[in-house]
Amino acid sequence: MKIAVLSGKGGTGKTLLSVNMAVIGENTTYIDCDVEEPNGHLFLKPKEVIKEKVAVKIPVVDMGLCNGCQKCVEFCKFNALAYINNKLMVFDNICHSCGGCVLVCPEKALTEKDKIIGEVQKGVSQGINVLSGILNIGEASGIPIIDKLLGEEPKNSQKTIIDCPPGSACIVMESIKDADYCVLIAEPTVFGVHNLSMVYELVKLFNKPHSVILNKCLDGKNPAEEFCIENNIKILDKIPFDSELGTLNSNALIAARESPKYKKMFSEIFKKIIEEAQHEAAVNP
Amino acid sequence: MKIAIPVNDKSLENGVCQSFGRAPYFLIHDIESKENTFLNNSAALSRGGAGVKAAQMIADNEVDALLTPRCGDNAAGILKVAKIKLYKTEGDSIEDNIKAFNEGKLSPLMDIHPGLHDHGGR
Repeated sequence: MKIAVLSGKGGTGKTLLSVNMAVIGENTTYIDCDVEEPNGHLFLKPKEVIKEKVAVKIPVVDMGLCNGCQKCVEFCKFNALAYINNKLMVFDNICHSCGGCVLVCPEKALTEKDKIIGEVQKGVSQGINVLSGILNIGEASGIPIIDKLLGEEPKNSQKTIIDCPPGSACIVMESIKDADYCVLIAEPTVFGVHNLSMVYELVKLFNKPHSVILNKCLDGKNPAEEFCIENNIKILDKIPFDSELGTLNSNALIAARESPKYKKMFSEIFKKIIEEAQHEAAVNP
Repeated sequence: MKIAIPVNDKSLENGVCQSFGRAPYFLIHDIESKENTFLNNSAALSRGGAGVKAAQMIADNEVDALLTPRCGDNAAGILKVAKIKLYKTEGDSIEDNIKAFNEGKLSPLMDIHPGLHDHGGR
């Protein structure tokens, strides 16, 4: 079973919830898909880490074959090619590796070569499989790394927690596309609601069963809670605004490993999520 | 000799555009005939690589110099290969910049920014 944890904005508690769920479940796998700034490994501190580079294809031109027709330049939606002074220029840093230029070239002057854009790291943290992806600074897209990461999930993993990137862009879509259940975590701010609404639209679009966990709850008005009630979204649980929890987390400690109180709290949350996910799987297989 | 300037509108009145790649129009000014032509910048609404596409357009129009407040490194690379000189505009007025260029008072653009692709050049 694959559980994806996502939120519109950063800092709402995706990694907090994900790493705590990972240590509570048995035989779990934690996958950090936030490849632009992975931080789950700071909490889980995996050992026996194996690193593997991830490469994408970028075009290379043979100017001996190029006739200057510029079909590739016109085709590229990312404007990664230019034809100047009878020479084709390739801009690796904005190429999205779609391979289209190679296909449209009538002279077969374009071929592809590998370009390393980052790596995946696999390790173990007290029985938990920990997978992290790291995108090199300046690269166009982390999708090839997420694709590789999700393909590396161990076959014997009973429960996999996918810690998604913030936002609702392509990298988030890639992260949740095979998830069985999506947990949206939200904070009680107006900005938080705006971003929650974007991921809510996304999980609906992908037809994923989902519910919301409200984090950093204070007494009084909670705009995120109001949004859920208005839109009839299930609120699975609430995590209070708690400086002890915040302190543990800011010291890169996993609360459920440090204190029975938080172990209990996250166990209850995890149990509810699993029950919901199993229920959804049974009702809408 | 022809020069290009990124501009906010199809007129000389509304000033130099602060962006090169995403300027809505380019003014192509012929120094000898004083003729002005405005080009729609088809790169302005690109998802990415606007600087590359805009530079390709400037090069295709066979201009000799580009007067711009700023320019990214991808575009600057293209303009260098196309042997188009870069000058830094001073102030917003299009006509003042053309005048300053004709009098040799504009400085070459040296501070090429790393590009706004990669979400702000991180």
